Amino acid sequence: MTAMQTLTQRLANPTRFMEISRAILPWIAGGAALFIAYAMYLVFFVAPPDYQQGETVKIMYIHVPSAWLAMMGYGVVAISSFGLLVFRHPLADVSAKAAAPIGAAFTLAALVTGSLWGKPMWGTYWVWDARLTSVLILFFLYLGLIALRSSLEDETLAAKLTAVLALVGVAILPIIKFSVDWWNTLHQPSTAFTSTVDPSMRTPLLISAVGFTLLFFALHLKGMQNEILRRRVKAMRLAQVERGDRAFAARAE
Amino acid sequence: MSGFLTLLKRDLVLALREGSALGTALGFFLVVVAMLPLGLGPDLKLLSRIAPGVLWIALLLAALLSLPRMFEADHEDGSLEVMATAPLPLELAVAAKAVAHWISTGIPLALAAPVLGLMLNLDIGLVPALVATMLAGTPAISFLGSIGAALTLKARRSGLLLALLVLPLYIPTLIFGISAMGFAGSGQEGFLASFLILLAISLAAVAAAPIAAAGALRLQLS
Repeated sequence: MTAMQTLTQRLANPTRFMEISRAILPWIAGGAALFIAYAMYLVFFVAPPDYQQGETVKIMYIHVPSAWLAMMGYGVVAISSFGLLVFRHPLADVSAKAAAPIGAAFTLAALVTGSLWGKPMWGTYWVWDARLTSVLILFFLYLGLIALRSSLEDETLAAKLTAVLALVGVAILPIIKFSVDWWNTLHQPSTAFTSTVDPSMRTPLLISAVGFTLLFFALHLKGMQNEILRRRVKAMRLAQVERGDRAFAARAE
Repeated sequence: MSGFLTLLKRDLVLALREGSALGTALGFFLVVVAMLPLGLGPDLKLLSRIAPGVLWIALLLAALLSLPRMFEADHEDGSLEVMATAPLPLELAVAAKAVAHWISTGIPLALAAPVLGLMLNLDIGLVPALVATMLAGTPAISFLGSIGAALTLKARRSGLLLALLVLPLYIPTLIFGISAMGFAGSGQEGFLASFLILLAISLAAVAAAPIAAAGALRLQLS
């Protein structure tokens, strides 16, 4: 706990964060590329087709990591929002702002790959299955976070209000999940298959999950760096305008 | 407590004297319900089957329409800042405004629903269940809505944004309202269970939503 605290405290300085993240980003990005490439090699050349699903099972190796990152992304947004509102950590908002679009993108990827898998398997692109519905609602929550932030001029205010919304979302997500499950069992039995996964498929899935998780963090770090640079550019521009103003006022006198 | 009641009374009198807010919400409710058979065809059997769902969704949309006004006028004339600095906690002030929204919008919409139900060939036997579930669910709509109204107080295009933020929060209320109606319609056991969960959602919203909404308002007033 204390080691974690000192690490987050040390990272609170944006300049030091830029240094550290610049040093580790290539490793994370390289790891992501290696893991994903190896996973794709296993998926397309080694892993057997499923006896029921045939080759469409390959979609799963992208779908499952996306669904996992959709949830983890919201976790990152929520923890960052908590850090902003409670500890006023200077980088918390940068982290929340960078994580939201990435999480939304993985949620969309999970939905799209899921429906592409559903067409040959279920005969339709979309069924109102409990899990599909919950992920769709998660996607709406992401869109709400992004839309609220972009609709406010004042960036510090936008950061705090978005954080409040993210925490409200955390409080209500379990209730939504519970009610959607209830609603689904009321209407139709679950179509989830309950067979255990064979190691020949589990290994590529795990490697793929690690690769995509690294990809998430690589994108997240890069997004945070970009956001910090954007804020610096904005601050410099404002300072420049102010200098110009002063020079103009001096000349007018 | 007297501050809470004063604020509640003030908001109710304002809503009553103004009148237009409730009229708009009821009018919108009527129009949505009237448009649906035009889109789906006049088959009375089909309409009777989907009537509870249509009424619930139309009620959500109509209630949503009046949410932006919850804090807007008070923010414009500065009385919201007075409320924020008053001895009454802002959480209670928000709760008073949400209760006022429920009394001035939620209850009238719930009471108007059976009349519109007649247009959809709703089974008369279901009317008590419909009104009961709507009365139990609308507090959650007003209180969860207060969070959205507070968050979008200073936002651009706040109306559309409010719908995007708030409608996902309404999903549990909608699901349990509809499931209670389903049990009432099919005569199965289980109405009470869904109805009680609906009440639980409303109670949780009443307890928790003012904290979030007041937090969001404070950030914008300071």
